[in-house]
Amino acid sequence: FYLTPPQVNSILKANEYSFKVPEFDGKNVSSVLGFDSNQLPANAPIEDRRSAATCLQTRGMLLGVFDGHAGCACAQAVSERLFYYIAVSLLPHETLLEIENAVESGRALLPILQWHKHPNDYFSKEASKLYFNSLRTYWQELIDLNSGETTDVKEALINAFKRLDNDISLEAQVGDPNSFLNYLVLRVAFSGATACVAHVDGVDLHVANTGDSRAMLGVQEEDGSWSAVNLSYDHNAQNEHEVERVKMEHPKSEEKSLVKQDRLLGLLMPFRAFGDVKFKWSIELQKRVVESGPDQLNDNEYTKFIPPNYHTPPYLTAEPEVIHHKLRPQDKFLVLATDGLWETMHRQDVARIVGEYLTGVHHQQPIAVGGYKVTLGQMHGLLTERRARISSVFEDQNAATHLIRHAVGNNEFGTVDHERLSKMLSLPEELARMYRDDITIIVVQFNSHVI
Amino acid sequence: AAGMFLRLLSDVRWRAANPKWRRMTCSRRSTSSTAEPHPVSLPAQAQVVICGGGIMGTSVAYHLSKMGWKDIVLLEQGRLAAGTTRFCAGIVSTARHVSVELKMADYSNKLYQQLEQETGVKTGYVKTGSVSLAQTQDRLISLKRIASSLNVMGIPCKIITPKQVAQLHPLINIHDLVGAMYVPEDALVSSANVSLALATAASRNGVQIHERTSVSHVSVQKGHVTAVETDRGQIQCQYFVNCAGQWAYELGHSGEEPVNIPLHACEHFYLLTHPLKEPLASNLPTIVDPDGRIYIRNWQGGILSGGFEKNPKPLFTEGRNQLEIHNLQEDWDHFEPLLSALLRRMPDLEALQIMQLVNCPESFTPDMRCIMGESPTVRGYFVLAGMNSAGISYGGGAGKYLAEWMVNGYPSENVWPLDLKRFGALQSSRTFLRHRVMEVMPLMYDLKVPRWDFQTGRQLRTSPLYDRLDAQGARWMEKHGFERVKYFVPPGKDLLDLDQSKTFYKPDWFDIVGSEVKCCKEAVCVIDMSSFTKFEISSTGDEALESLQYLFSNDLDVPVGHVVHTGMLNEKGGYENDCSIARLSKRSFFMISPTDQQVHCWAWLKNRLPHDSNLTMEDVTWKYTALNLIGPRAVDVLSELSYAPITPEHFPSLFCKEMSVGYANGIRVMSITHTGEPGFMLYIPIEYALHVYNEVMNMGQKYGIRNAGYYALRSLRIEKFFAFWGQDLDAFTTPMECGREFQVKLEKGMQFVGQEALLEQKQNGVYKRFTMFILEDHDTDIDLWPWWGEPIFRNGRYVGKTTSSAYSYTLERHVCLGFVQHFDEKTGEKLVVTADFINQGEYEIDIAGQRFQAKAKLYPFSSLFTHRRRKDEEELSGYQRE
Repeated sequence: FYLTPPQVNSILKANEYSFKVPEFDGKNVSSVLGFDSNQLPANAPIEDRRSAATCLQTRGMLLGVFDGHAGCACAQAVSERLFYYIAVSLLPHETLLEIENAVESGRALLPILQWHKHPNDYFSKEASKLYFNSLRTYWQELIDLNSGETTDVKEALINAFKRLDNDISLEAQVGDPNSFLNYLVLRVAFSGATACVAHVDGVDLHVANTGDSRAMLGVQEEDGSWSAVNLSYDHNAQNEHEVERVKMEHPKSEEKSLVKQDRLLGLLMPFRAFGDVKFKWSIELQKRVVESGPDQLNDNEYTKFIPPNYHTPPYLTAEPEVIHHKLRPQDKFLVLATDGLWETMHRQDVARIVGEYLTGVHHQQPIAVGGYKVTLGQMHGLLTERRARISSVFEDQNAATHLIRHAVGNNEFGTVDHERLSKMLSLPEELARMYRDDITIIVVQFNSHVI
Repeated sequence: AAGMFLRLLSDVRWRAANPKWRRMTCSRRSTSSTAEPHPVSLPAQAQVVICGGGIMGTSVAYHLSKMGWKDIVLLEQGRLAAGTTRFCAGIVSTARHVSVELKMADYSNKLYQQLEQETGVKTGYVKTGSVSLAQTQDRLISLKRIASSLNVMGIPCKIITPKQVAQLHPLINIHDLVGAMYVPEDALVSSANVSLALATAASRNGVQIHERTSVSHVSVQKGHVTAVETDRGQIQCQYFVNCAGQWAYELGHSGEEPVNIPLHACEHFYLLTHPLKEPLASNLPTIVDPDGRIYIRNWQGGILSGGFEKNPKPLFTEGRNQLEIHNLQEDWDHFEPLLSALLRRMPDLEALQIMQLVNCPESFTPDMRCIMGESPTVRGYFVLAGMNSAGISYGGGAGKYLAEWMVNGYPSENVWPLDLKRFGALQSSRTFLRHRVMEVMPLMYDLKVPRWDFQTGRQLRTSPLYDRLDAQGARWMEKHGFERVKYFVPPGKDLLDLDQSKTFYKPDWFDIVGSEVKCCKEAVCVIDMSSFTKFEISSTGDEALESLQYLFSNDLDVPVGHVVHTGMLNEKGGYENDCSIARLSKRSFFMISPTDQQVHCWAWLKNRLPHDSNLTMEDVTWKYTALNLIGPRAVDVLSELSYAPITPEHFPSLFCKEMSVGYANGIRVMSITHTGEPGFMLYIPIEYALHVYNEVMNMGQKYGIRNAGYYALRSLRIEKFFAFWGQDLDAFTTPMECGREFQVKLEKGMQFVGQEALLEQKQNGVYKRFTMFILEDHDTDIDLWPWWGEPIFRNGRYVGKTTSSAYSYTLERHVCLGFVQHFDEKTGEKLVVTADFINQGEYEIDIAGQRFQAKAKLYPFSSLFTHRRRKDEEELSGYQRE
């Protein structure tokens, strides 16, 4: 029994989202044309999250993928909050003051972000007040600090990451009188998430990465071929520098127990992450919070379990590595994706598949006859040409979907095998996770006319 | 003309809202002086409210009012004929595969032809004829089968050569054609104008038409329609007719009592061009090129061409709020394959200028047949929708049948293939419909070969043994959402894949089914028949027996433990259902009916059983797995597994006993097999299914047991001359006409439904007779196989059609079953059919235009079969179902 192509498509396309930067006077002045994103769950519910937003008080666009572990709570919280922290970090002093005054006097707030969300990307209503208060405390501190210097994007990104992780940790320690919220903040803190976030402003592209998701630039060479440039470093056991860093931060006596079976303390794959207070708090703090926490937490073996050889916390940080890249005309697109994609596909193949896809459908604006004089023959010639160009990507209107189709359905020849695709997608929930991971992809397309 | 058409629409809009509408319908000029800004208020009550002012709604209104019903209100949310009807390509084509559809189209054609004269409204009717092209031999066979059907119905139709095609159309390229079918009486109309003409006539007959009025929902009390709620107030009514086209599904679900109308819209594209330099004549025939998936008609001196692509675009899955029908986009890339096909067929059109690509959604149904009839749950709620893009061809006929249904209680033709009650809630999932219509729309032009199965929307209902059987090589078909085994592919045997095994000739499973049949005859086979509909009817007193005695024709007052085969007849004595009923106790009965009876039979009984709290009826279909243990060694297997004597003395034929099989107790065992072969049906509570199956297979090993499927069953029962309901038997067939007088107890001491009609038939004779035909000069290996619907000729004259056929592995011949009628040679009047009339003819069966000699028989060949049965077992024969 196989899924039919329409069934496969409806699964693959369930979460797809596209955003086109609006044009003015028929021209797009932004360096970003738009983006396609999609995700395919393997876990039920999916533990990956994605976010995209345009900064309204500063210039630039933010895009990020978040890979949760030990549940989706942390990834969810980070996907809702991180961009606000970044946006606030980037705001000039006057704007911060203006916002604070507005809140103080109950006036309408300047909007900070314009979100670009798929209907399935939700925000927690219950926690919004709590999150807002933490954010406000942050900007109040920024106002007090008033350094007077222009904000450096790299610094802003690092500060925002660290501050959010700190707030997550604090909220869990303080707790909340509302039992639902109390449990929520604890779940957020005890689960974990990696984050890979891009900030694009004109030709300045910054990628801040924490964990093992990855950002990759698609570059078109002069001969038309495609190559990949990494814009992030994986924070895991395969990265020598990361292993070195972790070892430097702890006494020599722990050297052997720090990284075991390619995992931090033998447990955690990513070497940097949000949340995961089990790798950050002292044993006493963990015990105290768990014991005073709600029963659900107390009954949870995972939260009560203290990692072995746990002597000199913290072992984990949310501090990102930030890479700055000046966009060049040959830089055509950026792929942000969680490790679910990179496990199955080499970045070189990713660059080629997306590149070919984008050049193929790039010109596929729908044809309209309108009032023009067109003969059947002319129209036929035009259509045949268009079809030849896109035959391989005919089914997908979304680059991320197209990439997922390849990631899941590729056979040994590198082409999509419907049978394999159908099998992989019809795996029962409990088996799916054994054959593939959650996959989340954002493909940002750059505007060569501007760069 | 498009402008003209719009002007006409706007005229009608406000005329309909004008109180003087009735008097002014003929004089269009007078309308401009009496603009009336405020619409007339709705009546507070009416006998019938029709929702939908397209071709369906207006046709129903037209026919109802013609039949004498006057108190009718037709509501249209926008303007008359402004939905799909307005965009319809306007081709009236009678080339249809299903006989009732063919009749509807033929009637529509005749109705439209005289409509202009009758109403004074220009309908644009032009008799152009149509030419259906064949690019392959298989396509030509398919066309020849249709041609045979059309010819015996008196509709002129010819199979022609490619050269003749070129003479009929100046632009056509014929080099890749093998032949074509020409239907000279097919026509073109302006569909919107036909609809307006019907509305005009209906309005003259007293029907009130209100535009810009939307129905929000239908109110129901005690299972009956009571009122219609609209945005302009309520109308109380007895009947509601849902002709809402692609909104019919949503409207059906808007009330508290949902009415399931399984249909789903797909985008449909056609192209309009400017006129040619030398404008095309308006009487040029319409070209249908199914292999190229396109149709081409002349339009305003240019052409109109659309088609049914392989990759349709379903829409409105989430309901109407998605986007408005008028704002749909042209999608040229999507249309490209159809445009290529068009230019291949008519290369000279290259220089022709495009006017517009029209995107006009059409609604499709799960089985490509339209939806008609009364809701099984809400009485007085009628539906006519889901035309699968043939709305204009069916409009007249469908409206007529539905009107007859409402006025007379049933149409003048068997419309079971179109009956809403062939579906239930199980076909109403939006996901199912979305996936299924994506398969149905391309099917419009796919080759219709025998025994094709839908590929989408499968594995919905399955037996608990599904995985076990599948692992043993089962190949599946689907009936009413239930997966049933066709046959088992033995290990190591490779069948052709699906596309290649589609054939009009001998199929690749021929030997496989042959060996299953052989095993049924000589040893024992097991067939999973869990899909059958099963009801339990019981009462605290004698109510159950009394009611059933009235509703069924056979005598059900039999000793406990007996099984009775009986028809569930209508007033005319026709089969509404054909079932077996076991008397479990004095006051409870177990009833088994065909799979697709689940909704129809339930509604039929619910509406007729007394509303008595002492009487309960339960649908237990899902509670039992049914295994058919079939063959001479079935008795050995069963007795070893139950340690109970199963000899004919202890367990005679047509008997039902609860017993243990293996460790499982409470298995309902019946000595029937639905084939006339010896054996047993086991009704097993589902949690025991796997156990009992394993036990049977283990124990059966030494008796040579194997799995078998429905194709084997089908061959067995057709060679035994068993009719099955839904195919051979329908609401227009009585037991007297199919040799089943013995299943009718006219003297059972009480009245039953259909008794009078049967008595009359007994006295006066029957006008058709179920007959078995053995094909004589037919070579199974090289000749076309019969399917069903083949014309039967007696002494060279048409006497009827076959209803089913199968290859008999015992007779080594093809067997066709069908009805023979006797038409007076001069007047064509139907005469009584006697046994002599049947026996004294020379018969031929027409398979796609080729005639094969056939021997007619009124009784099965019991002597030819090795197994001889006692007298009471003879009763088994003549009983069957699908």
